[in-house]
Amino acid sequence: MFDTALTFNDLLFMLKGAGVTLSVTAFAVVGGTLLGVFFGVLRSQISPWAALPLTFVLDIFRSVPLLIQLILANAFQAIAGWGISPFVTSCIVLALYTSAYCTEIVRGAIEAVPSVTRRAARSLGMTWGQDLTQIVFPMALRVGLPSWIGLTLGVMKDSALVMWLGIIELLRASQILVTRLQEPMFILLVTGAIYFALSFPIARLGSRLEKRWQEND
Amino acid sequence: MIEIENVHKSFGALQVLKGIDLTVQRGEVVSVIGGSGSGKSTLLTCINGLEPIDKGRIVVDGTEVHARDTDLNKLRRKIGIVFQQFNAFPHLTVLENVTLAPRKVKGMGRKDAEEIAVQQLSHVGLADKLNVYPSRLSGGQQQRMAIARALAMSPDYILFDEVTSALDPQLVGEVLDTLKLLADEGMTMICVTHEMSFARDVSDRVAFFHKGVMAEIGAPDQIFGDPQQEETRQFLSSVR
Repeated sequence: MFDTALTFNDLLFMLKGAGVTLSVTAFAVVGGTLLGVFFGVLRSQISPWAALPLTFVLDIFRSVPLLIQLILANAFQAIAGWGISPFVTSCIVLALYTSAYCTEIVRGAIEAVPSVTRRAARSLGMTWGQDLTQIVFPMALRVGLPSWIGLTLGVMKDSALVMWLGIIELLRASQILVTRLQEPMFILLVTGAIYFALSFPIARLGSRLEKRWQEND
Repeated sequence: MIEIENVHKSFGALQVLKGIDLTVQRGEVVSVIGGSGSGKSTLLTCINGLEPIDKGRIVVDGTEVHARDTDLNKLRRKIGIVFQQFNAFPHLTVLENVTLAPRKVKGMGRKDAEEIAVQQLSHVGLADKLNVYPSRLSGGQQQRMAIARALAMSPDYILFDEVTSALDPQLVGEVLDTLKLLADEGMTMICVTHEMSFARDVSDRVAFFHKGVMAEIGAPDQIFGDPQQEETRQFLSSVR
């Protein structure tokens, strides 16, 4: 029969790691989305030339591997003597990384709103701000949501990289157990199941919203 | 009264309007006909300030549209415009489409706005579609909704920009009937249209645009029966 040395306490250890994964992801996604919406709206409203510096910085966050960003940021804050904990550093770096992708999603979604629809809104006497909040945002939300869900799920998995700053999140916790128990297959299976359990509700929420909106559109 | 004086407008090197003069009185229905690219639609978007102009001026009830200190959002409350594309707000129901501007722009309460919206939607024959989303409507219904949406702001003027051009032929009639109804009620309207019989039957005056100039304007009988300009004759014989 099937036999494992994995104890209930070990499982709790993993779940604790999952909690860390979830909180890093939550901070990153919330922070990154807020920033991303701000930058995305900005980018869609100003000329490409004026947006160039912003685009350049965000391109760096998108193209340099996350692992390098994490290690450099952590090293930099240590040298600068800021005394920021690895957890906070991880959250900040991941949030910036998320924001870079989110900016593009938001910009694309806003630009997908037909200019004639916006014209119709303005022609009714709506201000620029009213057009944005009443027409553009709700319409863009429907366009951008699937990509945003994808980004969130991606960030959750990418967050495993924060283990290199010494944070024991889900994957690091399972690695520790693998080293101790020498049951890589089983432990990774459990780890995968936990990741799935974390991701599944988010993916479901996304498809539910999509479906509801599709019935109208 | 809408006074258009010597209006010039270019898109880059392309001169679209080359000195248009036109005055539309309250209660008047003016149809604008002409080939594509003649500047008809551009004129409409200039009248409510969606497009800036290069030269000349447009004055609506004493307010110069393109003056720097003109509050365009305020001015647009009294100039409705309906576009060729229906431009429904797809995330809102028919009722919400119509109540949005009265609520947000005029600051009306939900109840008052809905009362007006229901009234206007009944007017255009959509009373049974209040809680439907625009995607469930036919093109003609969407266009009538757009008309109700403009009417709900109780504008003094409505500009119609080829409102039947994007419709299937069998849906054109229902929209034109709505326009006729408005004309009969005394609404001041400028209609850019390709529907010659509509222009002839409903308008007080018909203007013919050709290559950015108003080549001819007159009573429908005169324009269709006895056009004075060669271009007008050519255009009319090409569309008949």
